Amino acid sequence: MQTTKKTELEDQNWSLVIRPQRNLFDLRLGELWHYRDLVGLFVRRDFVSIYKQTILGPLWYLIQPLLTTVMFTVVFGKIANLPTDGLPQFLFYMSGTVIWTYFAECLNKTSVTFVQNAQLFGKVYFPRLAVPVSILISNLITFIIQFGFLLMFMVYFMLRGSSARPNLWILLLPLLILLMAGLGLGFGIIISSLTTKYRDLRFLVTFGVQLLMYATPVIYPISSIPARFRPLILANPMTPIVEGFRYALLGAGTINPVYLLYSLGFMLLVLLSGVLIFNRVEATFMDTV
Amino acid sequence: MSQTVISVENLSKSYRLGQIGTGTLTNDLRVWWAKLRGQPNPLLKIGQADHGNRDGETLWALKDINLQVEQGEVLGIIGRNGAGKSTLLKILSRVTAPTSGLVKVKGRIASLLEVGTGFHPELTGRENIYLNGAILGMTRAEVSRKFDEIVAFAEIEQFIDTPVKRFSSGMYVRLAFAVAAHLEPEILLVDEVLAVGDAGFQQKCLGKMNEVAKLGRTVLFVSHQMAAIENLCNHVMLLDGGRIITISKTADVISQYLRLFNTGAGKIDLTADDVERKGTGEAKFQKAEILTLAGEMTSSVQAGTGLVVRMEILSHAQVNAEIGVGMFSSGGLRLTGFNSRDLNNFALDLLPGQRVVVECKIPKMNIAPGAYRLNLRMMNLHRQVIDSIDQALSFEVVPANYFGTGRMPRGNNLIFLDVDWHYQSQ
Repeated sequence: MQTTKKTELEDQNWSLVIRPQRNLFDLRLGELWHYRDLVGLFVRRDFVSIYKQTILGPLWYLIQPLLTTVMFTVVFGKIANLPTDGLPQFLFYMSGTVIWTYFAECLNKTSVTFVQNAQLFGKVYFPRLAVPVSILISNLITFIIQFGFLLMFMVYFMLRGSSARPNLWILLLPLLILLMAGLGLGFGIIISSLTTKYRDLRFLVTFGVQLLMYATPVIYPISSIPARFRPLILANPMTPIVEGFRYALLGAGTINPVYLLYSLGFMLLVLLSGVLIFNRVEATFMDTV
Repeated sequence: MSQTVISVENLSKSYRLGQIGTGTLTNDLRVWWAKLRGQPNPLLKIGQADHGNRDGETLWALKDINLQVEQGEVLGIIGRNGAGKSTLLKILSRVTAPTSGLVKVKGRIASLLEVGTGFHPELTGRENIYLNGAILGMTRAEVSRKFDEIVAFAEIEQFIDTPVKRFSSGMYVRLAFAVAAHLEPEILLVDEVLAVGDAGFQQKCLGKMNEVAKLGRTVLFVSHQMAAIENLCNHVMLLDGGRIITISKTADVISQYLRLFNTGAGKIDLTADDVERKGTGEAKFQKAEILTLAGEMTSSVQAGTGLVVRMEILSHAQVNAEIGVGMFSSGGLRLTGFNSRDLNNFALDLLPGQRVVVECKIPKMNIAPGAYRLNLRMMNLHRQVIDSIDQALSFEVVPANYFGTGRMPRGNNLIFLDVDWHYQSQ
C-alpha cells in the first residue's frame, strides 16, 4: 500500500489538492463556473419556494414595494411633509424604495450565508460563493420586476403631465446596479463570515440596514440637507447611487461622476476585504459555527 | 501495480478548545480576560474526555497522517470515538480544511453521509433531484441523463411532482439515496456513524458500497461494526488519538483493535475510574466477559448458538444482591432482561471482601444478526440499585444457518422462533 515512491507521486496528475490555506486572493471562479447549474438552481429554488402556499403568489413582488411606497408617501410625504425635489411624492418614494430594497435584500440575505446553510455546508462541498452569488442574481430578477413596475407608474405620471423625465444618464444604470450588488455582497459576506463566530452581529444587521437607509437619501433628497451635514451623508457610498438613480430616471437630484467613483472605490475595497475574510472563514468555519 | 488515487501527506488537524462553543463576543472576551490574568479558560468543561492528544487548549484531531490509497482499494477505518475517523473523512470531502499537510486526490469524491441534505421541502421531487444533484456536483445534463433511473430506483414515479414535504420519511430517504447513488464517484466515502436512516437503509448503503467496490472504485469506510468491516474491506487503518496505529490486513487490525481497546469486545475490565456506574457501591462488578458455551472468549456468536455472560463481583459490605442483565439492540431498543431471582430464584449473600464469579448462560441466541449491548445491574431485596453499568458488554450476532436447513432466514427479522410447519392434503 505505502510502497509508491514519492517521485512517482509527483508525476501524477491530481485532480484535486487539498491544502490547509489556499491563496487568499484565489476566488476559484473557474470552479464556481463549473457549478453554474447549482447557482441557477438556487435562484430557481428561491423563486419557486418563496411564495408557495400564498394566495397572491408572485404578485407579492409588486405588492411589497407598493405598500412601502404608500406608507412612505403618507408618513414622510403627507404627515412629515418632507421635500421631494419637486417630484411627485409617489414616484420619489417608489424609486427610492425599489433601489434601496435591492441593496438591503442583498446585504440581509448574504449576511446569513454561513449560519443559515451550516447544515448543508457541513455535509457536502461546493463553492460556498455559489450561495451569495445566487442571492445577488435572484434579487436582481426581483429588482428588474419591480423596476418595470416603477416604469409603469412613471409613464402614468408623465401622461398626467409630471415633469419627471429620464435622461441619458440612464445608460449608467448597469453600473449603479453593479455598485449596489458589490456593496451588498461585500458587506453581506463580511458580516456572514463574522457571524460564524459572533452571533451578536445577526441582531445588529437588521437594525444597521435600517439605520443606513436613513443615512441615505431614500426618503429625502440630498438638497434638503443643510450644507454642513452634507459631507456626512455623502460619505455614505450608497448616497451617490440612490441620488444618481433618481436623477437618471426622474431628472431630479444630483449626479456627480466623482462621487460615483468614490462609491466604486468604496465598493471595491469592501468587496475585496469581504472576499479575503470569506476565503479565510470558508475553509474552517464548520469548526466554529 | 495499480495507481494511487488518494495521497495524504503529513496531514494534521487541530481544534482550539474553548473557542468552539463560545459563539458570542462576550464569551470570547471572558476567555481573553481569563487568559490575561493567567487563569484557566472558564469555558473549558471539566473532565472532558481526551485521548492524550490535547496540547494545552489545542486538540489534535489528526496528527501527521500519511496514507496512500490505491485504486480499487476498500479501506476500513476503525478507532474509538474521537480517534479522528470522521475528521479525516471531513477533510477528504472538503467540508473542513486541514491545519497542515496535504491531500492529493484523483477523481471525484462523494460521500454517502450527505444523503438528503439540501432538499427543499417546498420543492417537488423532480426539482429536488436536480437541486440535490447539483449540490453533489452533477451538472444539469448529467442529472437529466440519469433522471429516469433515479426515479425508478427510488420507486416514487407517481409522486415525482409532489412537494417532498408531503413525502413519507421512507420515500424521502429513498429519493435522497437514489440521487447520491447515481453520482458514480471514483472515490466513495462512507461514515456509518453519521449515516442516517434505519437498519434497512444502512444495509442499502453497505450494498451500494459493495457494488461500487466491485466496479473497481475506491471506498473509504468508517464503521464500528467489525463484521461489516471484515466483510467489505481489504485493508483496515486503525486510528487513535489522531494518529495511525496500524494499516494492515483486515483480520490483523481488528484483532489488534479489540486487544487494545476492548470496545466491541466481549471482555471488559470494570475497575477503571472512568467506568460510568450508578448505585450504592456496596458491591461492584470487577470484570465481565462473554464466552462461548465451550468457554472461549468471544465477542461474536452465531445466531442459534449460545453464550455465557461471566461477571466477577467484589463486595465491600454485607449485602444481599440479585443480578440482572439487560439486552439492548445497537439502536438502544430493549429486547429483554434476565434477573437471577426471577429466573433461578437466587440472590447472593455477600460479605465484605468477598469475591464471586457469576455466570449467566443463554443456551440459544434466537435473535437476528446485529450488534447488541448488555447492561449489568445488582440490586438488593428492596430493589435498590447496588451497582449498575450501562452498555458494559457488547457482542455481535452473526448470520448463521439458524434453522439447520441450509437457508438463511430472510427479511428484516428481530427474533427467530422455532416453529414447526405441517400440512395435509385434502
